[in-house]
Amino acid sequence: MTLIRRYWLSALAIIFSGIVFLVPFSFIILMAFKDRTQAQLLDFSWPQGMHLWSNIVEVVTTRNWMLLTAFINSTILTVASVTLLVIFAAMVGFVLQRRKTRFNGLIEFLILAGLMIPPAVVPTIWLLQGIGLFGKLHGMVLVEIAYSLPFSILLYRAFIATIPREMDEAAIIDGARPLDVFFRIVLPLLWPVTVTNIVVQSVAIFNDFTNPLYYLPGNANATVQLTLYNFQSQFQTSYNLLFTNIALITIPPLIVFLFFNRQIVAGMTAGAVKG
Amino acid sequence: MTAIMQTGAPTAAKAVPVLKRRSPYPAWFFLPAAIIYGLLFLLPTLASLYFSLTRWTLFNSTFIGLDNFAQFMREPFLVKGLINTVIYAVITSGLKVVLGLALAVLLTSQIAARGYLRSVVFFPVLVSTVGVGITFTVLMHPTQGMINEGLALLGIDGPGWLVDPNLALFSVALVDVWKGVGLATVIYIAGIVAIPQDYYEAARIDGSTIWQSFLYVTLPLCRPATVTVIILSFIGGLRTFDLIWAMTRGGPGFASDTIASVIYKQYQAGFYGLSTAGNVVLFVLIAVLVIPLTMWLNRREGHE
Amino acid sequence: MTKTSRRTTLFGFTAALLAMTALSSAASAQSISMTYLIPSGADGVAVAEELVKSFEAANPDINIDIETRPGGSEGDNLVKTRLATQSMADIFRYNSGSLFQAINPQQFLVDLTNEPWQADVQASFKQVVTAPDGTVRGAPMGAAMGGGIYYNRAIYEELGLTVPKTWAEFMANNEKIKAAGKVAVIQTYGDTWTSQLFVLADFYNVSAADPDFASRYTANEAKFATEPAALRGFEKLQETFEAGLFNEDFGAAKYDDGLRMVAAGEGAHYPMLTFATTAIAASYPDMLDNVGFFAQPGDDAASNGLTVWMPDGIYIPQTTSNLDAAKKFVAFVASVEGCEAQTRAGGASGPYLINGCTLPDDVPPAVTDMLPYFAEGGQNGPALEFLSPIKGPALEQITVEVGSGIRTAADAAALYDEDVRKQAQQLALPGW
Repeated sequence: MTLIRRYWLSALAIIFSGIVFLVPFSFIILMAFKDRTQAQLLDFSWPQGMHLWSNIVEVVTTRNWMLLTAFINSTILTVASVTLLVIFAAMVGFVLQRRKTRFNGLIEFLILAGLMIPPAVVPTIWLLQGIGLFGKLHGMVLVEIAYSLPFSILLYRAFIATIPREMDEAAIIDGARPLDVFFRIVLPLLWPVTVTNIVVQSVAIFNDFTNPLYYLPGNANATVQLTLYNFQSQFQTSYNLLFTNIALITIPPLIVFLFFNRQIVAGMTAGAVKG
Repeated sequence: MTAIMQTGAPTAAKAVPVLKRRSPYPAWFFLPAAIIYGLLFLLPTLASLYFSLTRWTLFNSTFIGLDNFAQFMREPFLVKGLINTVIYAVITSGLKVVLGLALAVLLTSQIAARGYLRSVVFFPVLVSTVGVGITFTVLMHPTQGMINEGLALLGIDGPGWLVDPNLALFSVALVDVWKGVGLATVIYIAGIVAIPQDYYEAARIDGSTIWQSFLYVTLPLCRPATVTVIILSFIGGLRTFDLIWAMTRGGPGFASDTIASVIYKQYQAGFYGLSTAGNVVLFVLIAVLVIPLTMWLNRREGHE
Repeated sequence: MTKTSRRTTLFGFTAALLAMTALSSAASAQSISMTYLIPSGADGVAVAEELVKSFEAANPDINIDIETRPGGSEGDNLVKTRLATQSMADIFRYNSGSLFQAINPQQFLVDLTNEPWQADVQASFKQVVTAPDGTVRGAPMGAAMGGGIYYNRAIYEELGLTVPKTWAEFMANNEKIKAAGKVAVIQTYGDTWTSQLFVLADFYNVSAADPDFASRYTANEAKFATEPAALRGFEKLQETFEAGLFNEDFGAAKYDDGLRMVAAGEGAHYPMLTFATTAIAASYPDMLDNVGFFAQPGDDAASNGLTVWMPDGIYIPQTTSNLDAAKKFVAFVASVEGCEAQTRAGGASGPYLINGCTLPDDVPPAVTDMLPYFAEGGQNGPALEFLSPIKGPALEQITVEVGSGIRTAADAAALYDEDVRKQAQQLALPGW
């Protein structure tokens, strides 16, 4: 009985997810196979002829191989920002959850404020210019960290609550120092949330469009989302190239996800958080 | 913020000098984050507060007191935008909680093709908002769009998803859920995975049904996940404009404008002082809605 | 154990820092390198690339890097931000007229009044890139455009229609087209900006009826809602909607669909700016000959004329470190060779504003139809945005509402008058 029901549930889930989630993706992929004229019709049809390769070549070589530069820049930006972000956010989340002081309310308010207030672009540019980081990737890395911290801290704080306090207290009695407690005991236990953080934030930063547009001007600094504008404007859009571009720049986040998705499953079977 | 942290540190050190042991939760753990956040976010934000009181062209600014706030309150579509904002935030966060939890339970159960399903649900999170917006604008086209063509096969005359002024906001909200539900699901999966299996076994020994163990074990124990999903998606919903901008630009006309898109339009039009004032208004609105919500949600968390 | 973990952490930090420093090393070049910022879009980029290529061939020591930005209001913001933060490219392309005034040309742009090539630039263009202090700050980039109505010549031929000189004739044509079972007027609100054409392209008729409307409008004395001639634009849009002349998917169709429809005969009329001729030539070259053009008709056949848009300008910000090279490039764009390079890359869409520049003989009919308005005895006049610095930002949303039947013309005009107030106040104009 339950077996039959489980099969039904599985079948239903697969069909439903196929319609809701896969069809829009197949649309993107199909568009990438079409030539310009057919793509402009924007319909869900089988491509006439195989144009994927020529579309890819055109997308990649446009504007002096801008897409390659963009891939390199975006990758460095994402890796550097997310590495630092995860460590700093986990540190804040850890202490914030463990140690109750009268400043906690204020700190939590500032974190929420970061989620709520849209960033002030022009004063930030003035500031970056003042410290000589405007139009530089490290400046951009710091900006991305600043903007992503509240979200990551919230995620961490919520899950540090699930780690029994006895675990770190035991380690402290054994003479471990704060950094050891944090890096050797807490951080490993937080792995599932860290994975969530890595996946979500790297996707968000990789896909960020507005911030690099303002803080990172110049072709040499192009990031992947900016390349979408090569094929799309107020007046004219080359849909075959645009969708090829969308498909290409979705590949790196996809790889990150597929890699870490296994990690989530692994963490689950190992029961890492059971304590 | 930096200053606060620094004053925090010595107190901590002083508290246990005799034992020669620092607090295991040192305040300097806040420092790296506080410096970056304070310098690159808080400082510019405070500077921008001043500009909300000026007529600002980026090139020069004239102090005009509270005129911007008065003007913003007079925006013809502000009231509609306010209502739309709340509707949008409630719909998207509500659906993300319900669907996210349902999917997470489904995807942590013994279902076939679990890995596939989990990946598929998360795929939309990976695509950029611009890409999602373009794709769904095409799919929701009233006459050639795939959604309506599909409905036509079933004999249903599909509506003008993004063209009908009464429907546009809901269509965008649905796409927002489509794009964001994967994230909610992953947060819930992390929460559910953290629940020790013993509880379920105990429940099973007590003879509870699947539904009962969901109600009395899963639901209460993944409360932190629920709180996180609600707060993140509710704030996200209140602030959202990028998807709306990519799909309808607040249209047709002004039908799907939210406060954030009204502000963005002022910014686009070069009314920088006005849009900064709008941001202050939006911040106050969010604070008024979210802070009580957070306090309420966190109240029962202090059990440990 | 402790050591290992700390080492891993340190390694993480170092790796991130190394990655960061590796990037900052900038490439250095011997020759002069400049950047040229343009709005994105395949056709605009092609023109820029051709200009740069021809220029670099003549000046091998100068190397120009093209940088693109979003168009529309997003682009306006970017340009303002980069000017205000002294991070503008060495040369940039931007609108003339009211948008040009909004970037404080006097404060930020290099004065080009006394450049020798200015002698060949037509006065009508100089006027729209002149700062408040009377100095000229730009050179024309592109050809003059008309705002009016593209029509499908095959449909006109098939139904035996003639080009209308009055609004009544236009509506009569529409009824015949509709009776023949065809789409009479194409509207494409998927790109909201296209909805403004009926209002904006009516301005020649407004000026004909009310010659000093623009100056009274700027001085807060004339309003769209209260001047009957100005209100006509909104009313015309409402009339066409109420007559049921639009394509079924007008709410979702895009600009590009509009071009395809008028070129392929899926619709008879498409109100648009004539820069679209280039886009039709690029996307539907074999149907280009089907497309003709006429000015938006007024109520009187005797005063039938074209509302004209000036092209973008190219400008040099005062922050450039390559002033001489930048001036050289601007001079090239404003030369006959510059016009020729533009025609090579994008085809001809209308008359250039440089004396001595000519159009090739084989221009498409849509361009031929436009030329009489510019010739001796033809009638044309600038669009409102070149006569007044005020343009309300919400016009496109308002016209979408009128064209979708959500709001009446009178109501819309009143709402637009309110919208305009903010812009006037932002510009600190007297009388507001």
